[in-house]
Amino acid sequence: MGLLTNLKDSISRAAASLFSEEDPKRIGIYGPPNAGKTTLANRIARDWTGDAVGPESHVPHETRRARRKENVEIERDGKKVTIDIVDTPGVTTKVDYTEFLEHDMEKDDAVRRSREATEGVAEAMHWLREDVDGVIYVLDSSTDPFTQVNTMLIGIIESQDLPVLILANKIDLEDSSVQRIRNAYPQHETIPLSALEGDNMDEVYDKIAEYFG
Amino acid sequence: MAEVKDPDDGVQIDLISGERMDGLTSMEKIRLILDGVRDGNIVILEEGLSPDEESRLIEVTMTEISPDEFNGIEIETYPKSEAADASLLDRIMGTESTKKLTVIGPANQIETLHKDKNLISALVSRK
Repeated sequence: MGLLTNLKDSISRAAASLFSEEDPKRIGIYGPPNAGKTTLANRIARDWTGDAVGPESHVPHETRRARRKENVEIERDGKKVTIDIVDTPGVTTKVDYTEFLEHDMEKDDAVRRSREATEGVAEAMHWLREDVDGVIYVLDSSTDPFTQVNTMLIGIIESQDLPVLILANKIDLEDSSVQRIRNAYPQHETIPLSALEGDNMDEVYDKIAEYFG
Repeated sequence: MAEVKDPDDGVQIDLISGERMDGLTSMEKIRLILDGVRDGNIVILEEGLSPDEESRLIEVTMTEISPDEFNGIEIETYPKSEAADASLLDRIMGTESTKKLTVIGPANQIETLHKDKNLISALVSRK
């Protein structure tokens, strides 16, 4: 019995290592709160699988748990690229529950949301250090990209030698400036898009295939 | 670290040399920073933290945030990451330079007024 179990285990381990190179790459969608990460994750998931990843909201920290959508097959030029999308909570160095009170939330709900948000950020950092193979870094192109969180996170990603694609989201907004992001992070390619409107998604998929395929 | 006599008198600033940080483990560095910041001090690191330590600092800060008590930290360094310029050999050998002056303070007491590639201007208020 023991011998058989051992043999079975060995065979499954060998099979796992044999096929491991074909495992889909886990691509983390990172960025500050309210950059449109979940809107992008939902756009990609809906375009290629028909399902959404999670709820979107204008209230910061709507995503408070990392959510993985597995086996998203993206077809480019007759080639298939399979990735797992990991939608992560927006990263920040501070969470003040009183900011949620401004969104018509009761104190108890605001405190709970802030506690969940802090857990979510810690979780996102852990995923980044341990569990992602590449990063899509989403920025709101209508806001200043020169923030400490962006600088630190891009530095952390670079230090791990992970491939990173910077997306300048919300180009449908009047204040949008893609050039401001290009100037802030000239060492990386920046692709403009509106995840909400679906603008320029073809180029985004081309680049996803190029960077993570 | 020496305490000011009365916190109402002003804001304590701890300037920590690279030499002092060199002898500490990652968690000791993070503890040193967060203990100072939670006491309402502004901590200035001569040589900053490595990207991995910054990542852990964010994670530990998140676990310590508590409503009406501690809202987290404000941290500023110059945006240019030297790690991006390091040669592959430097990265492999772990000899890349990550030295960068870093200012860290309680989120409710420090506000960045202006920041660009070579200037950080911040407003520090009392508790």
